[in-house]
Amino acid sequence: MSNFFVLLILLLGFLITFQIAKASEYVSVLKGEKKAFEQHNRVNGFLMMVFLVLGLIGVYWCNELLRGKILGEAASNHGKDIDRMLYITISITGVVFVATQILLFWFAFKFQYSEKRKSFYFPHDNRLEFFWTVIPAIALTILVGFGLMYWFRITGDAPKDALQIEITGKQFGWIFRYPGKDNVFGKKYYKDIDDGKSNSLGLVWDDPATHDDIVVNSEAYIVVNKPVKFIINSRDVIHDVGLPHFRMKMDAVPGTPTTMWLTPLYTTEEMKKKTNNPNFEYEIACDQMCGQGHFTMRGVLKVVTEEEFILWKAKQKTNYALAFPEKEMQASAVKDDASKAVAAVAVSKDALASSK
Amino acid sequence: MSNEAVLHGHSEVGAMHGLHDDHAGHHHKETFITKYVFSQDHKMICKQFIITGMIWAILGGLMSVIFRLQLGYPDSTFPILEDIFGRWAKGGKIQPQFYYALVTMHGTVLVFFVLTGGLSGTFANFLIPLQIGARDMASPFLNMLSYWFFFLASIVILSSLFVQTGPASGGWTVYPPLSALGDANEGSKIGMDLWISGMALFVVSSLLGGLNYISTILNMRTKGMSMTRMPLTMWALLFTAVLGVLSFPVLLSGLILLLFDRHAGTSFYLSDIFIASTHKALPNEGGSAILFQHLFWFLGHPEVYIIILPAMGLVSEVMSVNARKPIFGYMAMVGSMFAITILAFLVWAHHMFVTGLNPFLGSVFVLLTLLIAVPSAIKVFNWLTTLWKGNIRFTPAMLFAIGFVSLFISGGLTGIFLGNSTLDIPLHDTYFVIAHFHIVMGVSAFFGMFAGVYHWFPKMYGRYMNNLMGYIHFWVTLVGAYLIFWPMHYEGLAGMPRRYMDYRGWASFNQFEDLNRVISTVAMVVFAVQLMFVFNFFYSIFKGRKVTTQNPWGGTTLEWTTPIRPGHGNWPGEIPEVHRWAYDYSKDGRDFISQTEPIGSEESKH
Repeated sequence: MSNFFVLLILLLGFLITFQIAKASEYVSVLKGEKKAFEQHNRVNGFLMMVFLVLGLIGVYWCNELLRGKILGEAASNHGKDIDRMLYITISITGVVFVATQILLFWFAFKFQYSEKRKSFYFPHDNRLEFFWTVIPAIALTILVGFGLMYWFRITGDAPKDALQIEITGKQFGWIFRYPGKDNVFGKKYYKDIDDGKSNSLGLVWDDPATHDDIVVNSEAYIVVNKPVKFIINSRDVIHDVGLPHFRMKMDAVPGTPTTMWLTPLYTTEEMKKKTNNPNFEYEIACDQMCGQGHFTMRGVLKVVTEEEFILWKAKQKTNYALAFPEKEMQASAVKDDASKAVAAVAVSKDALASSK
Repeated sequence: MSNEAVLHGHSEVGAMHGLHDDHAGHHHKETFITKYVFSQDHKMICKQFIITGMIWAILGGLMSVIFRLQLGYPDSTFPILEDIFGRWAKGGKIQPQFYYALVTMHGTVLVFFVLTGGLSGTFANFLIPLQIGARDMASPFLNMLSYWFFFLASIVILSSLFVQTGPASGGWTVYPPLSALGDANEGSKIGMDLWISGMALFVVSSLLGGLNYISTILNMRTKGMSMTRMPLTMWALLFTAVLGVLSFPVLLSGLILLLFDRHAGTSFYLSDIFIASTHKALPNEGGSAILFQHLFWFLGHPEVYIIILPAMGLVSEVMSVNARKPIFGYMAMVGSMFAITILAFLVWAHHMFVTGLNPFLGSVFVLLTLLIAVPSAIKVFNWLTTLWKGNIRFTPAMLFAIGFVSLFISGGLTGIFLGNSTLDIPLHDTYFVIAHFHIVMGVSAFFGMFAGVYHWFPKMYGRYMNNLMGYIHFWVTLVGAYLIFWPMHYEGLAGMPRRYMDYRGWASFNQFEDLNRVISTVAMVVFAVQLMFVFNFFYSIFKGRKVTTQNPWGGTTLEWTTPIRPGHGNWPGEIPEVHRWAYDYSKDGRDFISQTEPIGSEESKH
């Protein structure tokens, strides 16, 4: 019923507008075309100025309203560079934006039709044209210069000591793999994928390097202030690892691994305090259309301290152990490792405490 | 329709025949079919294009209204949607498959069928023969075919809305593997085949049209109409046609390979794929999903200039006429359009900075991409200078021309963000991109098109459109466009990804709930105002104020030397000869000097 009323109101509004519009034509015939034209012209000229003033105020107001909502400070080393680049670009384009919009609407207002004015016959001026070819070229050179400097820094090789994590996208979720003690990712082959047998990545068990690989779903841990290199894969269609707080992003392409590295600067706990949000998480958002569940393809990166990371990792079972639970040996070995790691952390905490 | 107009025009042609027997006769009897359906008159084909384009624009716009309902009011249900769409909107909630189908079709329809077919088709057909002084296109028959292939393409795409598994739903860029695998996405079943077939027909239409426009402009200019005396609309349409002819075949080849991957078991784009829904690993190995993106964007990027160049041409012409001033820097305008045309082919990979592209290659594309800002800046400054010290008449066409420049500046500047690979990393595939391209090629191109329609409507139908409705149309659309797209930049800066149908599950993006509601509401208002424009258009065809003078805007160009309602053949007598460029406004104290007037001995040089 309410739909019907909305339609009715729309129709009515339209009919009224139409009648007024029709009447305005008769009025202009009565008044004389010329007089009506001059009147319309003045109104539109005035509106040009109104639009300019209200528009610029609107731009400012919109910024006041929304600038607090753009995720705050970047949380990675590259993110800092990218934000710096963003502000350099905003300051240059901002000046151009304000200046050209003012000129446009001010000219439109100032030079609106008047019987007295004659247009100035001004077909070209080489000096002026040269001037506004060179100025944009210089501005762009600056932007390209800064842009490429940061670009090569960001896309350059990851530091050698970087933590390595493999991320694999699938419809619709993320799978993470850690190389285990040997620091080598074991071989995998997509035809060996079998979700029913706990082998979601298709690890090739014949390769012993796979035996200590740890595979977890949807949530991964990384270490604060330690570079991390992601090796990115996809199991089916193209996905994209989007990390809005780190300002980073890289496609996950089936058949073609890609990489991305960064250094996280704040732990999840620190960000909870910084953002005043007890539920803060570093979310991984899929940024490449991947099917009907695209908008649910959420992952989480937990940024933790070195100790917390060691503790967490020690608690994880290897994928091999999960796939072959009957092999007791493996499982107990993991338990041993875990208790050793806990002890190690306790020791290091003591050491920290004593050094303070 | 303009029945009497055509008849009237014809009687004139007939009457003049006795005097001038030097051109082709038009005495053949015209039936309803040859005049309105399979017409070979460029003016009628133009009308066919614009009306088909308008129907598509309404459908495409309506799709965006429906998916904006979901984005703005994710908590509400709309039972009326279930009444109309059945299981696609079960319980009054838009289903994900339907949402993605809407998004995909909205993009496809507006980019290709409205802003390419509708815009170029309309104005190239209408203006080329009239402004260069030709009786019709080089090949009226191919021209007719161009429209009917366009129509056929429309039907095929439209039919995909009615198949059981739905239309293509992988985004208008149809990236494989998603678009290649029906098991990965419902819309990639028969809907995708229909999409590919429809696009193939569309490419045929675009090539037939484009070749025709190029050969007409190059070969059929009237006596004295040298290339540099042509109005800028002609240059714009020429470059547009060249872009289309060179880039559309690449898209077609890419789509054919996709078709092979879908049905012939080839592995051009497929490799290492495991489908979870069927628990099966596909046999394809060694393909490259990124290859498709190279082929797609080799068209896809020139495509945005195919959309914006005609708008630039129309705006330049309308602005000069209504500022009563020559366009500033004619040669610079031609040169910058030429530069844009060349660069259009050299920047495609800036859509692919985060695909794992070699960073060095990426840096080359950054450089070439930002180079485009130089000719674009030249054009903007030249438009500004054209307004400076003019004597501006705010006709609805002129308002849209000014609005175009404002939007082109706003959207162009954000292109400098996205073209710089460093900034593209966080902004890629977010709402920032949506804001950027909707302003710079969506709304801008529409503004150019509106400027053209309001300006040349009197020439098309011998009547004026209603001014007041035109003013309302302009101001609401301009304000609405900024209200919709300006705040979206902020969503993009927050990294909010595009093509999500629901943000409530995301801690990082759910802070924009109110904003999304505002945007959706404004979008509906703006859409309603476009319907008013459509009404104004059709109403004015039959009931608009009649044009009583041959040259209502005081234009210098040749179309205003034809009768008010020109018949097939355009000029009743000989085609006029041209003696000067198209922009002698306010020269030597005269309001305007038509291109057909010989240069006087006293005249000043420019």
